[in-house]
Amino acid sequence: MKRLLSTFALAGAFGLCAFGAQAATKLEQVKAKGFIQCGVSQGLPGFSNPDDKGNWTGLDVDFCRAVAAAVFGDATKVKFTPLSAKDRFTALQSGDIDILSRNTTWTITRDTSLGLNFTGVTYYDGQGFLIRKDKKVNSAMELSGASVCTQTGTTTEQNLADFFRANNMTYEVIAFATNDEVVKAYDAGRCDVLTTDRSGLAGERLKLTNPDDHIVLPEIISKEPLGPVVAHGDDQWFDIVKWVLNAQLNAEELGVTSKNVDEQLKSTANPEIKRLLGTEGKYGEGMGIGNDWAFFIIKQIGNYGEMYDRNVGPDTPLKLARGVNALWNKGGLQYAPPIR
Amino acid sequence: MTDLVEHAPARAKSSFINDPKVRSIGLQIIALIVVVVLGWMFADNARENLAAQKIATGFGFLDNTAGFGINQTLIPYSETSTYGRAFVVGLLNTILVAVVGIILATVIGFLVGIGRLSKNFVVRLISTIYVEVLRNLPPLFQILFWYLAVLSAMPNPRQSINLLDEVFISNRGIIIPRPLFGEGTGLVLWAMGLALICAILFGHWAAARQEETGRRLPVLWVNLSLLIGLPMIAMIITGFPITFERPELKGFNFVGGIRVIPEFVALTVALATYTAAFIAENVRSGIQAVSHGQTEAAHSLGLRNGQTLRLVIIPQAMRVIIPPLTSQYLNLTKNSSLAVGIGYPDLVAVFAGTTLNQTGQAIEIIAITMGVYLVLSIITSVIMNSYNKRVALVER
Repeated sequence: MKRLLSTFALAGAFGLCAFGAQAATKLEQVKAKGFIQCGVSQGLPGFSNPDDKGNWTGLDVDFCRAVAAAVFGDATKVKFTPLSAKDRFTALQSGDIDILSRNTTWTITRDTSLGLNFTGVTYYDGQGFLIRKDKKVNSAMELSGASVCTQTGTTTEQNLADFFRANNMTYEVIAFATNDEVVKAYDAGRCDVLTTDRSGLAGERLKLTNPDDHIVLPEIISKEPLGPVVAHGDDQWFDIVKWVLNAQLNAEELGVTSKNVDEQLKSTANPEIKRLLGTEGKYGEGMGIGNDWAFFIIKQIGNYGEMYDRNVGPDTPLKLARGVNALWNKGGLQYAPPIR
Repeated sequence: MTDLVEHAPARAKSSFINDPKVRSIGLQIIALIVVVVLGWMFADNARENLAAQKIATGFGFLDNTAGFGINQTLIPYSETSTYGRAFVVGLLNTILVAVVGIILATVIGFLVGIGRLSKNFVVRLISTIYVEVLRNLPPLFQILFWYLAVLSAMPNPRQSINLLDEVFISNRGIIIPRPLFGEGTGLVLWAMGLALICAILFGHWAAARQEETGRRLPVLWVNLSLLIGLPMIAMIITGFPITFERPELKGFNFVGGIRVIPEFVALTVALATYTAAFIAENVRSGIQAVSHGQTEAAHSLGLRNGQTLRLVIIPQAMRVIIPPLTSQYLNLTKNSSLAVGIGYPDLVAVFAGTTLNQTGQAIEIIAITMGVYLVLSIITSVIMNSYNKRVALVER
């Protein structure tokens, strides 16, 4: 009897705790637990992939570290949750993760009725097709009747249907829960074509038995703006995550890098850089974090260009040229609102 | 327990709270209140959080266009169909795997279970190895093994294994000719139905006759000729309306014919062989539960080994076998949700996977999916329990 009652009391207390936690803002919750829980992919080279020592590397991973640098002044205060495409939104909606940084395409459904907020675009991408060279196919328009492997719960699945329907071609889709299963099935010859975002194809290709036996077809069949996501309902947290990326873009535009940021902090005369690094104005305070938030981001993670080059750029195995991901004043689409 | 109740009246006067009846009812009421309050708290919490995140709720999404493809559909489905239809497609795919898997598992399970008790050493050894290996490996691993091992052994469509120019086996699946139903098919189908009814009636009549006179009729041969003969006559009268569409290699894949996709084969075979290992153990324990005297009695009546097993042992063993067999059927059905690992479009993959992801209606979709598995399980249990009642020992 006593044990029964105490069990109920305990259950009741837990229930109340759950209610109490809801009242705190995301920033307070994150500060209280001392780290940011970041949802990433289960392994996509260049974006989020554990290396042979178990450290996560990639563009998506680094972005979460940049948020940690802004909030805590310490980029290591992040924990990563690998998620399949299918589980990623539920994890964010239920509060299991604070940020979803997982090559996720920004669409209207996701931004509205799914209860999510996209905070910007870390990589402008488009969907493409990977095929064996010995199939002797040079264009996606020759793919009628093909079997296509893809990952379930992605925009890829819908774009694929749209593309084949629009061009009056037939196809067979085989959808798997994780990237690795897609790659294995494609490698085993279950399907003729593998489809996903072109940046993803560059990464997946490296996992194949003979990467050189496969080519990426020239067609890009969709727009895939990939970016970090937070849940609806906390504007402060939304602002912080949004401005971390903007700070990185502005830093690149202003020529502030991880190498020269200490010097810039001391000696710059440029008011724009002063505002960015927090020596002028109180922009961090407005978000509930330190005014030197951007300094820590740039010092520990670098500006957007550094982050890009380190993870997916031409000198990495992915060999992705900047292309549309260059800054606006260099012919690309990356454009951040000013810090003022 | 009875001891307590007997002493209770004396103590009840001294303290109302020590009355076991009052206590037990009171505790149950408290438990009920706690469950209801907790349930209400959880529901309210979920509702509040959904509202705070501005996530749409309700079942309206079922009428929206799905916009994704599915590679095995038992009913017509296209990218322009609704999520509701995608749900039905997934459900039917799950049921297909469950039904085919259960039949296969039962057959294999009975053979192996009987094999474990065989007097033949080799048969017994093989059966034992089968059970011990398959029972002890995780089902997802077995599904992946079947999928990847079988798949990598299969040639690509252009070099597919060709059986008489009719059946083709490749890493895209097994392709067989598709029957095309021309005019006059109706008569053939009627003939099939009629033959089936006649066969059942004849079987019953023959059994009744054997009870009365002791004479046995060649039921198997009569029924076989009925089942084949009648439809054949109808076919000849209507001029062979059923023709077959041959699969043809065009471009990447075969066009025409019926295709059994490798995902279905791998999933069904893996689940059937895995579950069969457990069924085999149920069968073995069921047979061992029947007293050996029954076998000796049957032998002394002059029944041969096969007859003893079929007519005396198995019917009695069924009482022991059926309840655990039901759980195995339920397990197989539920394990079919591992399909998502190999890309078979079952209910979980299509509905609780893709549809959930596209619509974000997690609570509604998970509730529907859980409901479906619950209903499937209850249907299986009801059928098996009613069968169990029929074969149960009638005590006099």
